[in-house]
Amino acid sequence: MAETIADTRRLYTKPQNLNDAYGPPSNFLEIDVSNPETVGVGRGRYTTYEVRLKTNLPIFKLKESSVRRRYSDFEWLRAELERESKVVVPPLPGKALFRQLPFRGDDGIFDDSFIEERRQGLEQFLNKVAGHPLAQNERCLHMFLQDESVDKNYTPSKIRQA
Amino acid sequence: EHLGQSIIEAAMSFFGFGQSADIDIVLNDAETRKKAEHRSEDGRKDKYFLFYDGETVSGKVNVTLKYPGKRLEHNGIKIEFIGQIEMYYDRGNHHEFVSLVKDLARPGELTQSQTFDFEFTHVEKPYESYTGQNVKLRYFLRATVGRRLNDISKELDLVVHTLSTYPELNSSIKMEVGIEDCLHIEFEYNKSKYHLKDVIVGKIYFLLVRIKIKHMEIDIIKRETTGTGPNVYHENDTIAKYEIMDGAPVRGESIPIRLFLAGYELTPTMRDINKKFSVRYYLNLVLIDEEERRYFKQQEITLWRKGDIVRKSMSHQAAIASQRFEGTSNPEKFRGHNSEEDTS
Repeated sequence: MAETIADTRRLYTKPQNLNDAYGPPSNFLEIDVSNPETVGVGRGRYTTYEVRLKTNLPIFKLKESSVRRRYSDFEWLRAELERESKVVVPPLPGKALFRQLPFRGDDGIFDDSFIEERRQGLEQFLNKVAGHPLAQNERCLHMFLQDESVDKNYTPSKIRQA
Repeated sequence: EHLGQSIIEAAMSFFGFGQSADIDIVLNDAETRKKAEHRSEDGRKDKYFLFYDGETVSGKVNVTLKYPGKRLEHNGIKIEFIGQIEMYYDRGNHHEFVSLVKDLARPGELTQSQTFDFEFTHVEKPYESYTGQNVKLRYFLRATVGRRLNDISKELDLVVHTLSTYPELNSSIKMEVGIEDCLHIEFEYNKSKYHLKDVIVGKIYFLLVRIKIKHMEIDIIKRETTGTGPNVYHENDTIAKYEIMDGAPVRGESIPIRLFLAGYELTPTMRDINKKFSVRYYLNLVLIDEEERRYFKQQEITLWRKGDIVRKSMSHQAAIASQRFEGTSNPEKFRGHNSEEDTS
């Protein structure tokens, strides 16, 4: 039997549905952290950020959402994910305790460039985490991203899709 | 320097120490037998005479006396054909699975250099030569001149390849895998058994893509397994990484795979060789998302070695056939060929 050159022709493939080819992709997920606002007065001041989400993933109840969160909320989310899931959770931007010490030459933790740096770090953190298939199963992530406020007394659970 | 060396050698020889003879093993078909490249333990590639199962190993052992005139007393001269497995973690213990010996001379003495013929007829060579990370399987001839204190011996390493014929059953591999609600793909490879110069033709079909994929690659992984029972050790080595897709796929898209195996250093699949080790190969399909997360699916394939068949080329046969017809318009040529083909 003469067999000198292997047959390298492509395997048969089903032609692609044009809606699938040119329609919106099924993996649309965009998270922005923006609009930092300092609330409160004196020593009780803190900064909140707007966390805006746009998606077509079925696992998110709302296709568009906007909530305001502060740094300690992000710390809470990170701790919950580390404890409840098998995800290797990425780090948050620094806590910058030294910026909270008195007698600084600048505005400390309310310094514009610091807030901008922190904003970028928080946005990176959320995009990394929210796209993780295992993190998407955690109630704490959905509560953080889409509930009005974070209830730290919640009962941790897994989200199951219908 | 040379003078000093030979005085010492002569002195040692006089007192019965040191190497007083050189041994040389020469195969009868050394001129015609093919050689195969084989990577040694230190990573170097060398060429060795290539043998197949059942072939006869024959040749000559030349014993050359270094100091002609000085007798060489010996306890016997023999040649062995050995196939052995050596585990690196247990170097002292050689597991011989083939051990043949031919006596060339009874104990006595050599007064001059001598050549001895040997033949190991239709030797069984059940396994392929293999030099791995933790184990080595080799075949060699060893000629020995027995001496009271130190034997003089010489080894000649050989390489053995095991050939297989086209498998009767060679089904394709087709499977749907994924992560619930996130990623579903169907992968297909055209065969489950590939020879070493074969081409893997396949495709990856995307059924559901809810993650942001950046690129996809297919790796060939070699797994060498040594030891038994609780002491099993797997050594994984990525032989190849081949990117098959760059960019984000969507549902319904099909990515073709065409991977030429001849470009990689592969061996046939070896299963439980002499109950000592295995060498298996896996295709690892890896998808990487935008956050560098890796999703993978491993699938074993069987590799086998195809024999080279020597055939007269088609063009040569076509030339002969066409000349039979050309002859009528070119009488001289025709006659020339006629006389060649005239076997009476």
